[in-house]
This record gives sequence, structure tokens and C-alpha cells, in this order.
Amino acid sequence: MTGWQALFYKEVLRFWKVGFQTVAAPVLTAVLYMMIFGHVLEDHVKVYDTVSYTAFLVPGLVMMSVLQNAFANSSSSLIQSKIMGNLVFVLLTPMSHWAWFVAYVASSVVRGLAVGAGVMLVTWWFGQPGVVAPIWVLVFAVLGAAMLGALGLIAGLWAEKFDQLAAFQNFIIMPMTFLSGVFYSIHSLPTFWQQVSHLNPFFYMIDGFRHGFFGQSDVSPWLSLGVVAVAFVTVSAVAVGLLRSGYKIRH
Amino acid sequence: MSANLFPAPSAADLAIAFDDVTKAYSTPKGPFLALDGVSLSVQQGEIFGLLGPNGAGKTTLISILAGLSRPTRGSARVLGHDVTTDYAAARRALGVVPQELVFDPFFSVREALRMQSGYFGLKHNDVWIDDLLDSLGLADKANANMRQLSGGMKRRVMVAQALVHKPRVIVLDEPTAGVDVELRQTLWQFVARLNREGSTVLLTTHYLEEAEALCGRIAMIKRGKVVALEKTSVLLSRASSNVLRFKTDTPLPADLAARARVTGRVVQLPAHNALEVEQILAAVRVAGGVAEDVEMRKADLEDVFLDVMGASA
Repeated sequence: MTGWQALFYKEVLRFWKVGFQTVAAPVLTAVLYMMIFGHVLEDHVKVYDTVSYTAFLVPGLVMMSVLQNAFANSSSSLIQSKIMGNLVFVLLTPMSHWAWFVAYVASSVVRGLAVGAGVMLVTWWFGQPGVVAPIWVLVFAVLGAAMLGALGLIAGLWAEKFDQLAAFQNFIIMPMTFLSGVFYSIHSLPTFWQQVSHLNPFFYMIDGFRHGFFGQSDVSPWLSLGVVAVAFVTVSAVAVGLLRSGYKIRH
Repeated sequence: MSANLFPAPSAADLAIAFDDVTKAYSTPKGPFLALDGVSLSVQQGEIFGLLGPNGAGKTTLISILAGLSRPTRGSARVLGHDVTTDYAAARRALGVVPQELVFDPFFSVREALRMQSGYFGLKHNDVWIDDLLDSLGLADKANANMRQLSGGMKRRVMVAQALVHKPRVIVLDEPTAGVDVELRQTLWQFVARLNREGSTVLLTTHYLEEAEALCGRIAMIKRGKVVALEKTSVLLSRASSNVLRFKTDTPLPADLAARARVTGRVVQLPAHNALEVEQILAAVRVAGGVAEDVEMRKADLEDVFLDVMGASA
């Protein structure tokens, strides 16, 4: 595991040095969602009896930002280093596939949580959801960010061009986060779409995360934890396997 | 008895050992052998030159040594450590300066060198980093961002990055390609110092006079195969002939043109004796030309190189 701290530090420093783009911009995007959806839907959507729509929306937007930015961190770092050619400096070192995995995933978690905290801070003005069980909030935020960080690692290794990575992001990550119940409770959906939503692991991340705020959710937080944990382990196994084999980085 | 006096070096004593290294790529036109059964070894303390035309397989061979590429067949070792099964130890012993100019635009020179040290598990490396910066003429650029550096300065940083972990085996893949005279001097002085201090150096270069001046032994490879592997002095003595050098404005006769090294007006041809000199000059005269500035010189590595590459065509 030698060296993972240095790679972790480098990956954190990398996004922090362009923090305007990697942290401030996604926070602004979330605020825009908040203003527009909150304004349009406040009086039309009722989710739980005691919760206003804007308060319901806050955790959803926070988690969506955590997930998308965790994914963006590892995937964009890898593809940039591959295309720029400077990944060679990491490839020449004795670091094991585990060191790579931990460094890329942990730095993605840091970025995800940094953006999530920023979104939480600024959306709090619009509707205070209250925090019933902070431990669930933290568990789902960290685990969700880790899974997306690992998924970003896979996408970053696989993609050879920026547009391939953009396709992964726009056709897989974006629909799965948007359709996971960020903007609505899946109970408001027709039965068929409710069942489809239950197949989406992102749904459990957001539902479990939201449970930490309201103490109520569409499914039990323990079920959500189980699904997210299995998804994380599965994605991680693939990511570690690809790193171990040198997929597309050692020829 | 001689076996005891001069024991054959064991695999662990060798700085670098390639054994039957073969690398095949599948291409749309069918399989392509970038390396075809390369076996060669470098002793500790040597400065070893790897020469060959573009596309001969030099960089592929170095990539396999560095773990950037994996051999289809055969094995490579650094100080006895297999580059695949014992990669961590092999890479700790190896410092590679890649041929392509690459850099990480996010960081300053010092940050890049500290991070590179960290990848090798070295936490407090600033004394050596400062030494590297001084030796490579980078001291005043330590806090400059990589993006602000000129190409030559970026190249120096790449050399420093390859050396942060004090590797015992150093590989330089065409380090002086497109680099100014000053850096070439700085670099070769520094490489010579590292070599005196015990490092083994493997270098590829297009500047044959550099290889001639620096390398004790030289391997020439062509189309993935080793076509010559000798002490530099032996290789030079193999070029038994002297070289006739002259300038002319008229095209050479076909039989001379085939053997000649032509650079603009300057023509160079191997000539073993006075008779051959006379024949060459006569042929130029018959073709209607005038040979000016005629002189003889000793054959150099470039002549040997062209000879070897031509012979194995």
C-alpha cells in the first residue's frame, strides 16, 4: 500500500487548485435547481405529510451533487492524465492496484463531500429539512460517494476520449441520478415505474440519505444500506480487477 | 580455473537482463512483432547504449522494463527482480525518463517532485530534491508551475522525477532529442556523476557521437532484433575503413550514391586504400563533377551504424 497517501494528496490538490470549477460551479448548479424546482413545484407536490417540498428537495440535491462530483473526480483525473500522458509518472512507481484504488476513491469521496457540504450550506436558506439521524446521513454520503468514485475509476480507465467519458456521464450517471427520486418520492409514480426505480441502486442511496434527515423514507434504511453496500463491493471488485490487470494503461 | 577467476555474473548481479523478450501487437494488417526474441544484459556500473532507427523497438523494450508494457513472451529483470512478478522491487530500483515530453499542469516543480517521492513512500526527501534541482539547473524554477516552463526545462524536471528515489538503474529514452546544447552538457555531466557514484545507465539516443563518447557497450537493434552487441571500441574497430569526405555540386554516379552518406553538398564514402580513393574521385570526375575540400577521416559510430543497419536489411 506504499504511496497511496501521496496519490490521494495529489488527487485532492488537483481538484482543489481548480476549486472554482470543481466545487463552486456544482454548488451554483444545485442552487439553480433549488430555486427553479422549489418555486415551480412548492405548491403542487406534497411528499410526506409533515415535510415541505423545498425541505424534501434539499437532501436530494445534496446527494445528487455528492454522487455526480465523486464520479467526475476520479473519471476526469484519469482521462486527463491518460490523454496528457502524465499518468506515466504514476505507472512507473511501485504502487499496487490497491494503493491506486484507495487513493482515487478516497479523493473522490473528499470532492463529493466538499460539494455536498457546499450545496447543503446554501440550500439550507430555502428549506430546513432538519437532521434526525446524522449517522445515516454520513454513512450514505460516504458510501454513495465511494461507489461513484469507483465507478468513475472504471469509466476513466475505459474511456479513451473525452466524448466517451461524456457519454458515460450523460447516458448512465445523469439518468440514474435524476430518476432515483431526487425531485420526487417514488410513491408518487405509477406502480410500474416504482418497480423500475427499485432496480436503481442510486434510488437507495438517496432514499437512505433522506431517511437521516426526516426519519422516514420510501424503504427501510437498512435495506438501502444493504443494496448500496453490495453495489459498492461489486463496483470496487471490478475497478480493482481492472487496475490489477492494467486495463488500457499497461499494454 | 578461468571460470573461478571470472565467474559468470548471476542474474541478481546484472543491472538489467532481457531474456527472449518478444512483443507482438495485433494490427488490422495482421500480427506485428515489435520485439522478436531480444536477449541482452547490462552489468552494474555500465553506461550502455541502445541504438536503432525509429520504430526498431527501443522504446518498446524500455516500456517492458518499466512495466508500462507487458512482454508477449520472455522476461525482463532489474537487479534480479522480475518486472512482472516482483514489480515493486524492480520499479524501486529503476528510474526511467520517458521519451515523450509530458508533465502535470496542475503543479509546481517542487510539488511534482515531492509527490513523485511520495509515490515511492519517501516522505522527507527535500535534501535530495534540492540537490537534483541544483544539479539540473532548476533551482530558480522550483516554485514555477510546470505550464510556465520551456520544453527544455520540462525535460529537466522529467529527469529529476525519474531520480527522486535514487534508483540504481537509470534509463534515459532519447533524453537529448530536441534539447539545446547547454542542457545536453548539464545532463551528461550529471549522468556521468551518477554513474561514478555507482548507478547503471541505459540510454537510447539519435546522436551517435554521444553514444560513442559515453557508452562502454552498445547494442543495435533493428525491426525488433539485436543486430550488434559489442564494446564500443570493438564496434568502432569493426569499421576497418577510413572515410573519404568531399564536397560536390553534381549528382553522384549511381554506384557511389548507393554507398555514400550525403548531407547537402557533403559526401562521405568508405575508402580502404589509395586505390579506392582514386577510383571514387575518378568516378566523380567522369560524371562531370569537381570534388572540393577533399579529406580523409577515421570511421565513427555513425559509419558503423549505417553499415550494420544496411547489412542486416
